[in-house]
Amino acid sequence: MADTTRRRGWVGYALFLPAAAWLLVFFVVPFYSLFATSLYDQSGSDFRGWEMTYEFGNYADAIEQYWQPLLRAILYAGIATLICLVLGYVLAYAIAFKSGRWKTLLLVLVIAPFFTSFLLRTLSWQLLLADDWYIVDFLQFLHILGPDDRLLNTPVAVITGLAYNFLPFMVLPLFASIDKIDHRLIEASGDLYANPVAAFFKVTWPLSLPGVVSGTLLTFIPAAGDYINAQLLGNTNTRVIGSVIEGQFTDANNSAIAASLSMSLMVIILVMVFLYIRRAGTEDLL
Amino acid sequence: MNWIRRHLVLILGLLVLAYTFVPIAVVVLMSFNDPATRNVYRFDGFTLHNWTNMCEDPAMCDALWLSIRVGLLATLVATLLGTLAAFALVRYDFFGRSSSNLLIFLPMAAPEIVLGSSLLTLFVQGGFAGQLGFWTIFIAHVMFCLSFVVVTVRSRLAGMDDTLEQAAADLYATPSQTFWRVTFPLVLPGILGAALLSFSLSFDDFIITNLNSGSETTFPMYVWGAARVGVPMQVNVVGTLMFVISVVIVVAVELNNRRRQKALAAT
Amino acid sequence: MSQQAEATSPPDTSASYDGLRLSHLTKTFPGFTAVNDLSLDVPRGSFFALLGPSGCGKTTTLRMVAGLETPTDGTIELAGQDITHAKPYRRPVNTVFQNYALFPHLDIFENVAFGLRRRKAGDVERQVEEMLALVELEGQARKKPAQLSGGQQQRVALARALINKPEVLLLDEPLGALDLKLRRGMQIELKRIQTEVGLTFVHVTHDQEEAMTMADTVAVMNKGVIEQMGSPTELYENPRSTFVANFLGKSNLIEGQVTNRASDFLTVDMQGITVSVPADRAHTDGDRGWVGIRPEKVLIGPEGAELDAPGNTIPGGVISDVSFVGVSTQYLVRMPWGQELEVFAQNTGRVEIFPEGTKVELSWRPEYAFLLDASQDALAGAQDDNV
Repeated sequence: MADTTRRRGWVGYALFLPAAAWLLVFFVVPFYSLFATSLYDQSGSDFRGWEMTYEFGNYADAIEQYWQPLLRAILYAGIATLICLVLGYVLAYAIAFKSGRWKTLLLVLVIAPFFTSFLLRTLSWQLLLADDWYIVDFLQFLHILGPDDRLLNTPVAVITGLAYNFLPFMVLPLFASIDKIDHRLIEASGDLYANPVAAFFKVTWPLSLPGVVSGTLLTFIPAAGDYINAQLLGNTNTRVIGSVIEGQFTDANNSAIAASLSMSLMVIILVMVFLYIRRAGTEDLL
Repeated sequence: MNWIRRHLVLILGLLVLAYTFVPIAVVVLMSFNDPATRNVYRFDGFTLHNWTNMCEDPAMCDALWLSIRVGLLATLVATLLGTLAAFALVRYDFFGRSSSNLLIFLPMAAPEIVLGSSLLTLFVQGGFAGQLGFWTIFIAHVMFCLSFVVVTVRSRLAGMDDTLEQAAADLYATPSQTFWRVTFPLVLPGILGAALLSFSLSFDDFIITNLNSGSETTFPMYVWGAARVGVPMQVNVVGTLMFVISVVIVVAVELNNRRRQKALAAT
Repeated sequence: MSQQAEATSPPDTSASYDGLRLSHLTKTFPGFTAVNDLSLDVPRGSFFALLGPSGCGKTTTLRMVAGLETPTDGTIELAGQDITHAKPYRRPVNTVFQNYALFPHLDIFENVAFGLRRRKAGDVERQVEEMLALVELEGQARKKPAQLSGGQQQRVALARALINKPEVLLLDEPLGALDLKLRRGMQIELKRIQTEVGLTFVHVTHDQEEAMTMADTVAVMNKGVIEQMGSPTELYENPRSTFVANFLGKSNLIEGQVTNRASDFLTVDMQGITVSVPADRAHTDGDRGWVGIRPEKVLIGPEGAELDAPGNTIPGGVISDVSFVGVSTQYLVRMPWGQELEVFAQNTGRVEIFPEGTKVELSWRPEYAFLLDASQDALAGAQDDNV
């Protein structure tokens, strides 16, 4: 695609300005107010406007109290992301390589289920994983579950929900990357004595890595902050940081703690992402 | 047996795909459910009652109506601003363009709880704590939809053959005519796709909305609230409708594309 | 015949042929047949070219030999072994792909070493160094394919295939993407390497000059079948079908009636003029045929000049076009029966260049003429600039 010489001048600014302004005011600036809120002295009132005290101690308190949900959120998201990676890779590979003229249709089918409400889909899992429904019965039949064990309201259910709900975020970037692989490279590897397994590990997988990186990031990050799955499919012991933050804001009116937890979550995620990208390489992330 | 071995990957892939539809099947199924008790989410009996009495709980329909209103307005604004921004990013060069790309990408990558809570602190600090409601929801929705609109329209625009516009100019079209008669029709599918995506995201959003809605209740918030005491089955009617409408739109578009391609091929 | 003699197995006609043997190879796709009952033998150690226009089936044939396509019917044998249905990674065959197919995520060293590593061969480093030296790419081992030029990439692709010492090396139009000068250079290189290494090369191309320059044996393919096979000289000087006559170089094809078949020479009434064609260059049994003569074999002179006494003389031509091509002058001569014949006269400097409109007579020696089947299309195989 020939690169048009881009035009210079004020028109470019003018076109970009409204969107940029919206994002600056309602996305960038809020991080400052989030930070400011996290530094409130909680004993004061938080309806007083831009008053900042430098209570870094809030962070210590918050983490001391809530490090478990924080870790739990990251753990669940991590496991769910791995599951999504396996399932998603199989699906993306099948569509990219094995589907011929059904490719577009299959892609549409991948996204289609996710046009229903997130909440309703998660509620469906309540039914699917219920004690007296087929899945649990089947697993009990196979003696994977004991007669008194349940799936619902356990971490397993939460992770299942997460792995289900965020699957498209994994499949689409993976597909984009796998689809770009030149089939002739796979043929060439066969010509050079690589059997199908060797061809996958030596050619397909390395070339799909950019998609793997994008996909895992786009899945892990939102999953770490999610609490819908944890609350609908889990129990009080599966409480994740998201619901703590929400609760602290709404019920407990403890915005300083909530804000510091929110900031902490964001910082942790940023650090993890940064380390991950450094290891995996940044080519063509966007 | 050998057939299975050869097509193993495809079969596995299709199984995964089928798996994604199972919960949808449940939603559709439950829309016909006649529940024995409200607390237990279980299929007890078949009925059309939910479909014929959709607003049995008026709060649900109020919430639904709010979600639709916010969704439409937010979609309108986000699509408009996002399309302008996409044009700016693809066709123009200006200082800070690459950092602008980053600015657009970041909201898509941040967890919703962080987006929602930071926006809430902004409203509170700005003194609007008492005015959380329709407009704050609207603001939040436009904010997180913008990125998706920009990315969608941008990819459509970047993939467009720009020699077409040069040809139009060569054939005496003024810039305005070129835009409306050549560029716009070609980008339109991307814009419409972005609008559809934007509406879905807005309609379905819970976490960000929940924190910034004050006393208003959108449809997802209603479901969440009801989930603690037992959801009325009508929510599944809404869910089924959402699914069916989206699928119909997408299939119609795809069929239309194929029909047009066949017509082109026949000439 | 005694019972005993009959009880022994019949003579083994398919006795282990040590080269590449394709027997009745067929490949059909829904709607068309790409390769149709193709049989050929490629002698071991030869440089073999499969020549034909796009769509003739040559690439499909190559891919079947490589194992990237499964034949619908027929067999492929290599050094006596049936490899028809073997997977590509189990055949002693390697391919140089048209687009090179170098692995972008591996450096040159690993690209070239790929096949060795898959087969767990030892002494990888030394072999790779040797091979890189052979293709004159020492010092590039650690670069990535994207950092090399087209010509260099092509040599990496060659090295990557050669290093595995395959029984047969397949080359799928490997020089197509190179510019003219580079292509000529690589043609000589490939030939040199093949002679040095002694492997069997099967080169697929649509460029007839390339095939004729490099190959020991050329097979011309058209619409899934082999039209003719032989040495470049044989094919060029004595084509057996209008397709070959037109595809390799250019030919003039003139309608004629066979009047006498009695002796070593056939007499043909060619548009009222009597010409003769040697019997071993007459490839038709019918009464009618195309008399073929290559433009460079036609002598041209002004009316009445006695050009070449033992030759066939064809009077009555008028020059309708003159093209000065440096090396030669290309004339289009309109004959009394309406056809325009092409004549290439080398610019030796001894004969003047005739202007348009000159009345001329043409002459050629009968031993250069050939006779082809009248039912064949006179335009078959003609390249675009002729039409």
